[in-house]
Formats: sequence, structure tokens, C-alpha cells
Amino acid sequence: MKQDKLIALALLMVAFSAVSGLALITVFIFKEGLPIIVKTGPGNFFLSSDWDPSSGNFGIFSMIAGSLAVTVCAMVIGTVFGLGLAIVLGEFCPPGLAAILKPVVELLAGIPSVVYGFVGVVTIVPLIRTYLGGPGLSVLASSIVLGIMVLPTVTSISMDALRAVPRSYWQGSIALGATKWQTTHMVMLKAAKSGIAAAIILGMGRAVGETMAVIMVAGNTLEVPHGILDPVRTLTSNIALEMGYASGQHREALFATGVTLFVIIMILNTVALVMARRGAGEGRTR
Amino acid sequence: MLRLCFAAVLIAIGAGCGNSQSHAVKVVGSTSIQPFAELLAEQYVAQNPTLGVEVQGGGSTAGLQAVANDLADIGMCSRLLKPEEEGEYTDTVIARDGLAIVVNPENSVQDLTTEQLRGLFTGKIQNWSEVGGQDGPVRPITREEGSGTRESFVHLVMGKERISRRSLTQESNGAVKELVKGDSAAIGYMSLGLVGPELRKVRIDGVEPTAENVLAGTYKLARPFLFVTRGTPGADAQHFFDYVLSEEGQKTLESEGLVRAQ
Repeated sequence: MKQDKLIALALLMVAFSAVSGLALITVFIFKEGLPIIVKTGPGNFFLSSDWDPSSGNFGIFSMIAGSLAVTVCAMVIGTVFGLGLAIVLGEFCPPGLAAILKPVVELLAGIPSVVYGFVGVVTIVPLIRTYLGGPGLSVLASSIVLGIMVLPTVTSISMDALRAVPRSYWQGSIALGATKWQTTHMVMLKAAKSGIAAAIILGMGRAVGETMAVIMVAGNTLEVPHGILDPVRTLTSNIALEMGYASGQHREALFATGVTLFVIIMILNTVALVMARRGAGEGRTR
Repeated sequence: MLRLCFAAVLIAIGAGCGNSQSHAVKVVGSTSIQPFAELLAEQYVAQNPTLGVEVQGGGSTAGLQAVANDLADIGMCSRLLKPEEEGEYTDTVIARDGLAIVVNPENSVQDLTTEQLRGLFTGKIQNWSEVGGQDGPVRPITREEGSGTRESFVHLVMGKERISRRSLTQESNGAVKELVKGDSAAIGYMSLGLVGPELRKVRIDGVEPTAENVLAGTYKLARPFLFVTRGTPGADAQHFFDYVLSEEGQKTLESEGLVRAQ
């Protein structure tokens, strides 16, 4: 018994130190970043596109817009392919093929992001430049790269959500004479919708936070993009690009960029958590 | 954010390791000078096996900060010191580097004036036909804020004017090279020593960008590579310093495409 307690205590301390690490990070970036937001004025900081650290202008609107544009387009790509894969793997695919395909998709998660970025620069960027025009480094290029990067997240969580739907729903619908596809999109997808929403939002969190691959294919201009062929700079790439040199106010402004990113990701994760909980609750009440 | 913290931890560990071998001369700063400094350090250590030299990148400004905080013996700086920095540090020119203006070989423009170059980067000149090239958009490529190469370019070409917000930003000489290589509308600037045969260097005000012209002072887009210390360097640091400025050290730099200090 005494041993049990000791182990429980030790584990509690380990768990606590992990959480306190997170708390320390939070306190640190807010401490470093908030003063400059207050000093520049939140209006100027968040709504101006004038980022010129050497003359003391810190406006991150173009980067917020850039992050949003890239993330939304990436999620369109990631959702279409990810959800499609989840449906095929879960409902239509012969089990033998699924046993090969699923690990392959999960393998995508293990590829380092520089590799994605590099492949993007060497293949996708020149293709866009040649066939669609513009510099090639663009919202579209980043979205395609990110869309592929979020595939494993979206696919595996959507698959779990689909699998959590009681099998009796499927059987009932088929017994009523519905085809497999009708059953999938009218019964299964509806029943699993909150789980799928959580999958998309978690994928979105990854897309917002991705840095290296985006720096390589986004072009990093300071202009708000007007179309998907325009280059953009995201919040993450702004930090990573300028972190090495920044000092004084510039450094604080990068931390403030981090604060913005932190808040966005916190909101996304909270929404995902709430959705997942609601999904679980619905499952029980039925 | 996790990534950032991880980087911070790594730096802390790196600094910790550095402290444990305090006999090595630490040289920190500009990524433009880093490859040359590494080469010099290699040769120096081969000749003086008992002495050590550690070279780290991080950027010109980071190098200066490291010297100020006694984390490095020598800082590498690829731009002139700012007025407020001049009093604080002692700087020595170890070599000069030309700033080459590069375009895609398909681009027919051979010659630009400084004025035209400035126009291309402020965004006032939007079409190559305005400076004698084929009809088509101009895509200026710049380096990230704080880069020594960028600061030199701003100092030498832009003056008080700002680089267009529409210009693409790349984070290394290599990335600029890669982009200009593939895009016939692009124009970029980079270290003269690093331009490869796949890019074309543009004449500025009629002067060919070569090491000879930089040394003669006729090619105006040149910047110093500085070694920066605070006060007198320690004996070990001074020894490495002397090696870099010696005939042999200067010859090495020259063979790598740089221009000697004097």
C-alpha cells in the first residue's frame, strides 16, 4: 500500500511539472509580448498592416489575414481529402487494402515539415508559376502543402468518430433499403458530425501553427493577399524569420505575435474540446 | 510556441556546453561570414592543435549582443556598425564583400543605375520594360528584417526609402538563389562570393560586379565583413584574429570569392 502511494505521488509530481512547464511558457510569452501591444495600441497592432520594425511600426494585420487565408484554404483541401479517406477506409474499402492505406496515411505525420516545404518549393511552386502565373510562392502553394500535412490528423480522428457510431445505425439504415452511400452520408456522417468537426479543428490547429514548411513556400510578403496566387506571410513565419536578429521592441513585437497565435490556437482547441465532449454526450443519451 | 521554447532550451544547453570548454575562442554572428569563418577556424586549428575555435551563426545583431554579454569573444558582423553601436565595440575589417544584384539568365536587362535599382525595390518600377527589358512584372526578392545583407542593401541602395511590402522575403542567400533561378521576373541581391553560374549578375551604373572592382572601389555596392570585440580581445582570441588578418588567412578568403581587407 505504501508503495502505491509513493508511486502515485511521484506520478503526480511528474504530471504537475509538465503542466507547470506549460504555465511558465504562457506567463513568459504574455509578460514579454503584452507590453508592446499596450504601447502600440491594440488597434494599431492588430488592424494595421504596417510592419517595419526598424522604424518602430508594428502592425500584424497582414499576417493575421495571411494565417487565416492559408489555414482556411488548407482545411478545404485537408477536409475534402481527409474526410474522403476516412469514409473510404472505414466503410467502402476492402479490409486488406485498408490495412495498408491507413498506416501509409499515418506515416505522413512522421515526415519532418522541412521535407514537406522542400518538396513544395521544388515541385508545387514551379508548377503554379508556370501554369497559373504569379510568383509561385503563394497562398495556394502553402495550402496544398499544409493540406497534405493535416491529412493524418483529419483522417484518423474522423475515422475514430465514424467508428464510434453504433453499428446498429448502419444495420438499421441498410435494412430500410438505403444504399451504402445513402447510409454513409445521411446516417453515419450526421451521427459522427461533432467528432468530424473536432477532427477538422484539430487539423486547423496544426495548420495555423506550422512554420518551417510555410516559410519555404509562402513568399513572406507583408501585403494582405488579394487572391490565392498572391504570396503571404503568416504569424508563425514572421516569428521564425525575424527571431534570430530581433532585439528590444522588435523582439517584444515578435512575442506579441506569439501571444496572438497562442490565443488563436487556444480558441481553436477549446472549440474542438467542447465539440468532442458534446459528441460524446450525444452518443450516451441516444 | 513549443518550437520556440525548444529552441530556447537548445540554446541554453549550447551555451552551457560552451562554458565547459572555456579555452576555445568563440566566434558568433552573421550567417554571411559564418562559412568563411568556419573555413578559417578549420585551418587555424589544424596548425594550432592545442587551441580551439568555435564558430556559430545567429546573425550580425545576435553576434554583437553575444559579445556585449560576454557569451562570445569575437562577433561577426556583415554590415557597418550603427552610430549607437560604434562607441560600444571595437571593429576590424577582415574582408570586403560585394553585393551582387542577380536576375534570371532569361532576363535581358544587363545594366541598371542605382536609381533604377531603387525603383525596382520600392515598387515604383513595376514592369521590366521600364528599364529596358521584356514586358512583364517585376518581382523583387528581399531578405528578412535584421539580416546583415538586407541592412547593407538598404544602406547602399535604398537610403531613406523603404523596400516594397510586396517583395518576397527569403531567409537565406541560398533561398534567394533558388527563387531567382526559377523565376524570370525575379530580381534579388546576395553576397558576391555566393553567386553561382545559374544566375546573372547585373552591372550597376555601368560597373561589372567583380572582386577587382570592389577592391578598386569602382563597384559601389560593397560591404565590410567585420570582426567585433569589446575592448582588447584575450590572448587566444587575438591569436586567431592575427591569423585571419595574416597573408595566409586573407589568401583563403580571396580564394573563396571575397575581397581582401586592404
